[in-house]
Amino acid sequence: MSLYEAGAVTGVGETKYLRGTDRSALSFQLEASLNAIRDAGLKPSDIDGLIPYGHGAVAEDFITNFGIEDLRFSATTPMGGASAVAAIQCALAVIQAGICKHVLISLGRTGYSGGRIGTRVQQMPQFKVIGEFEMPLGAIAPAQLYAPMARRHMELYGTTSRQLAEIAVTTRYHASLQSNATMKNPITIEDHQSSRMISDPLRLLDCSLESDGGAAVVISAPDRARDLAKRPVMVMGVAEGHPDSPSAITQRPDLTTLGLAKAAPKAFAMAGVTPADIDVAEVYDCFTYIVMCQLEDLGFCKKGEGGGFVQDGALGLNGRLPVNTHGGLLSQAHMAGMNHIVELARQLRGEADAQVPDAEIGLVTGYGDMGDGALAIMRRG
Amino acid sequence: MDGYDKLVPTPTPDTQPYWDGLRDGRLRLQRCADCGKVRHYPRPVCDSCWSMNVDWMDAAGRGTVHSWTITHYAFHPGFKGELPYILLTVDLPEGVRMNARARGIDASALRIGLPVKIAFDPVKDDLTLPVFEPT
Ligand SMILES: [Zn+2]
Repeated sequence: MSLYEAGAVTGVGETKYLRGTDRSALSFQLEASLNAIRDAGLKPSDIDGLIPYGHGAVAEDFITNFGIEDLRFSATTPMGGASAVAAIQCALAVIQAGICKHVLISLGRTGYSGGRIGTRVQQMPQFKVIGEFEMPLGAIAPAQLYAPMARRHMELYGTTSRQLAEIAVTTRYHASLQSNATMKNPITIEDHQSSRMISDPLRLLDCSLESDGGAAVVISAPDRARDLAKRPVMVMGVAEGHPDSPSAITQRPDLTTLGLAKAAPKAFAMAGVTPADIDVAEVYDCFTYIVMCQLEDLGFCKKGEGGGFVQDGALGLNGRLPVNTHGGLLSQAHMAGMNHIVELARQLRGEADAQVPDAEIGLVTGYGDMGDGALAIMRRG
Repeated sequence: MDGYDKLVPTPTPDTQPYWDGLRDGRLRLQRCADCGKVRHYPRPVCDSCWSMNVDWMDAAGRGTVHSWTITHYAFHPGFKGELPYILLTVDLPEGVRMNARARGIDASALRIGLPVKIAFDPVKDDLTLPVFEPT
């Protein structure tokens, strides 16, 4: 038994993405959720399963605000930025088990106006190991904790900062085409190279944004999906993967491999497709390097060849693999990858702001904490 | 208060011997009392044989650079006065890695395999941090 096409994305929703707000994270999460539910043509009280992003709204908030009378399932998938895509696997499992018909996956945050991402890390339980052994040394924020992975890749394979810059430049261009993005002024490779160093080799323009807003998707049972408002987007394959030494990158046998490397073969096998079949990829982009590393772990190129793969506009709308067509966390907004799922569904419906012509099959990844990964492969329904 | 304004560890009964060792000028690592596998960071169970019997050993105190980052931005105000600083990921001959700041190592000398040796930096009365120096 497999989760192949055990569910479909039937609704997607976002708030306006902002850098600066006086609203609560809860109000963003509920607004995005209402937008996703309406997009599907459902009523809020039709939702019978909830997998909210951790550290935000809980089941009680949805039951109270939406008047849900018979909620049948609620859970979280605590994998940081991989949580949203991992939640798709969880949703499909409870749908296939007959527990739920419509599962809401949602996130709201005030990452710009409230607690900053860089400082929030210190309080999270999955970071207690580095909190004790690395943070007192001054290795505190994700940029510092991830930089040694990028440095190792550069030293072993000759990967360059200019290659990472290609990812930032292409992603910013895609954001410039969006109706809802916070950073829309195009940048050049030289802009990237002159942006200030944060934690070598990662420069400011290698880093994602801190944003305010919310995003949400509804996953429905296939027999219900066909009767809803929009063309369904079928989930063909999904998996999560946990890296070796998940609580400390320092101790990971291979610093250049992420948890996604374990998820990718499972999800592609479930979907019955290969990387060559993918028309569009929304790849978690907390840092440029993490995009490049995931493209290798997904199998688009061999380990060590990611720098060459992303060069010369390869990730653009007309490139060999259009990536992060919405502008991603680097330039649209940091919605912990929920916006990547929203964008993939829009691409496969044919309603994206920067549409890849004839996109039929696409993928979305999540990356979180110290290297957790998740992958979902979808097709136009 | 002693004026130390950086992040400090909160040791547990599982990890306290490591911190006590640093304070005594020793780099101590956990070793499984049953199968002998060395592990770091300290934790209750051997992932090789699942024994909970623990020995502590003194490490040789030498290693080679596996990777690094040079931090130019203070993510905590306590580190502002030390920018830029080098954080090394180091392979120890005991088979584990550790993370520590570099002291007296020039950024231009950094490469995979660079030999380093451990030193001890008593930053406050009850806290000593490890640092790596040139051999
Ligand atoms: Zn053992």
